[in-house]
Amino acid sequence: MNKHLFASGHTACSGCGQSLAARLVLEASGPSTIIANNTGCLEVFTTKYPESAWEVPFIHSLFENSAAVASGVEAALVYLKKKEDIHVIAQGGDGGTADIGVQALSGMLERGHDILYVCYDNEAYMNTGIQRSGLTPFNANTTTSPVGSQSLGNIRPKKPLPEIANAHAIAYVTTATVAFPQDLQRKVKKAHSLKGPKYIQVHVPCPLGWRHESSLTLEVAKAAVETGLFPLIEYENGKLIGVRKIAPKPVQEYLKLQGRFKHLLKNSEALKQLQEIADYNIQKYDLRAQAT
Amino acid sequence: MRQFLEGSRAIAETIKLCKPGVISAYPITPQTHIVEELAQMVANGELDSQFVNVESEHSAASVVLGAVATGVRAFTATSSQGLIYMSEVLFNIAGMRLPLVLTCANRAMSAPISIWNDHQDSISLRDTGWMQFYAENIQEAVDLHLIAYRVAEDKSVMLPAMVCIDGYILTHGIETVDMPSQQEVEEFLPKYKPLYKLDPREPLTMGPLADPDYYMETRYAIQETHKKEVLKLIPAIAADFAKTFNRNYNGLIELYHIKGAQKVIVAMGSVCGSIKQVVGELRAKGKKVGLLKISTYRPFPCKEIYEALKNIPKVAVVDKALSLGSLPPLASEIRALFFGKKQKPSVISSFVAGLGGRDVTKESIKEMLRQLNTKEKTGEFIDLKPELLRENYE
Repeated sequence: MNKHLFASGHTACSGCGQSLAARLVLEASGPSTIIANNTGCLEVFTTKYPESAWEVPFIHSLFENSAAVASGVEAALVYLKKKEDIHVIAQGGDGGTADIGVQALSGMLERGHDILYVCYDNEAYMNTGIQRSGLTPFNANTTTSPVGSQSLGNIRPKKPLPEIANAHAIAYVTTATVAFPQDLQRKVKKAHSLKGPKYIQVHVPCPLGWRHESSLTLEVAKAAVETGLFPLIEYENGKLIGVRKIAPKPVQEYLKLQGRFKHLLKNSEALKQLQEIADYNIQKYDLRAQAT
Repeated sequence: MRQFLEGSRAIAETIKLCKPGVISAYPITPQTHIVEELAQMVANGELDSQFVNVESEHSAASVVLGAVATGVRAFTATSSQGLIYMSEVLFNIAGMRLPLVLTCANRAMSAPISIWNDHQDSISLRDTGWMQFYAENIQEAVDLHLIAYRVAEDKSVMLPAMVCIDGYILTHGIETVDMPSQQEVEEFLPKYKPLYKLDPREPLTMGPLADPDYYMETRYAIQETHKKEVLKLIPAIAADFAKTFNRNYNGLIELYHIKGAQKVIVAMGSVCGSIKQVVGELRAKGKKVGLLKISTYRPFPCKEIYEALKNIPKVAVVDKALSLGSLPPLASEIRALFFGKKQKPSVISSFVAGLGGRDVTKESIKEMLRQLNTKEKTGEFIDLKPELLRENYE
């Protein structure tokens, strides 16, 4: 019944992880949902006038303010005594969430609005041509963290945004990925069942920016989880309540699929540093499955 | 009912009578008293509204944007840096045709930082698509908020309005104000019925991407609304206002001792009160001087100003803001509207006064009138301190 809430015919690239995730999120949310969206790929490829892919009320204002616009939507619904019947989602890409929009996001989380924030994390500013963001991984090659004789790419690891969100002592913080659609939808539904602010960061490969085959989107996304580079975690009221266990694969299994990491594959020191990031995640969240 | 009130209190009481469902603001001097009062009213249960404390003016404007888009009347207030920090959102609110009302407690722009009054903040945002009203005194501040909501929410307009109140002079000044009753406000300002809103029963997309095939028409439509609908509607709504509240405004401009005047000062905001006093005193001495007060700066009432000034020999335009590197903003528009016209003043002199809270005294105003006797001035600063301009470094 909810199948077509996110209509086909939009202009996303083939293999776009974000469009897939957005459809999954909306299907799990249902028709009684209002969405506030930051500027970015998702907004651009779904709302080119006079067409719209959104069969639910949708508002796009600016790059950095979906969390604040959604706060106003939610406050208005509370005033109208309609909030109980309507889910409010604020969403944006990694740049709109972790960089320019992090202040608005923090404000929304701190104020206790009953809103689900969805960050579609494709790890760079893809809409403007693959510039690095605060969620770009260590040593990734982007147009503003290019590889050169003096550079191996992005100089810092991903900003730990789920941890930052969790530090606001909110109802629910989780990570998800298009590689596991049922897990993603379960988490969206769970988020909506809880009152207060919720934060979901969804890992969404971008074939164009990550430079992988568009047929490999799910495989790439899955490899990010299986190497420990994108851990799937779930916090409820500040407490870690679940992680997806993995039998960790070496990071090369993820890196070798993507052109943005191509320069690292023969650099053992750089590979070691990336493996350390994965190992840190594996240890911190106890990701390793028990041997059977 | 006549009450002795601080400007901020009077504005807050007026907003309360307009019953906004969502209020959001961020503290900045000299705006803060307004929203403090509103927060207390909500806390006391006197006002049924969601008061959203935000982490910045950018978010304050975004919250009220979201609220109006959801079909609820909303309110915010700010000043100076806060207004400019909002500016990205303010363009957006106008472009999305959302009828919000904002109070700007006018204050100078940094640097150097100054918390005192001039008009640089709101004047810098004249091109956002917002209507801009300037109040002379606290009574007008009260009345203009009611008129602003009524015009903004009119189905033929659907644009946001900024009510500009001189910081400190009006926000912290205390005057006797005839405060409207709830019944009068409800009679004049009907409940907000949105033309469009975010509603799952009738989904729509707001804020889409417009490519070059569509963008220009959206801007043209706002321009046409300003030029045609708003300029026509304001005097009509002001007449309606007079019926309910028994106070007469033209809404666009006010003429004070214009008849037979040889010299007329053009100004906006609280300085008009001082100018009226000087005009009154000089008229008593038989001097033919007058005032043209601009109440509505956006849209700019060219026709009304032209008709009022076309036979006045000498005009002095007072700007409390600058367009650094060019003519002061108000003066440039007054001169432009006479371009190519046969009937026009022989002198339109331009004066800059009261920047960063420097008092515009009766003497300052008389000095401008005196300088009208000499050749035409362009951007002449009044009350400059030459001793501060001397170069004291090698």
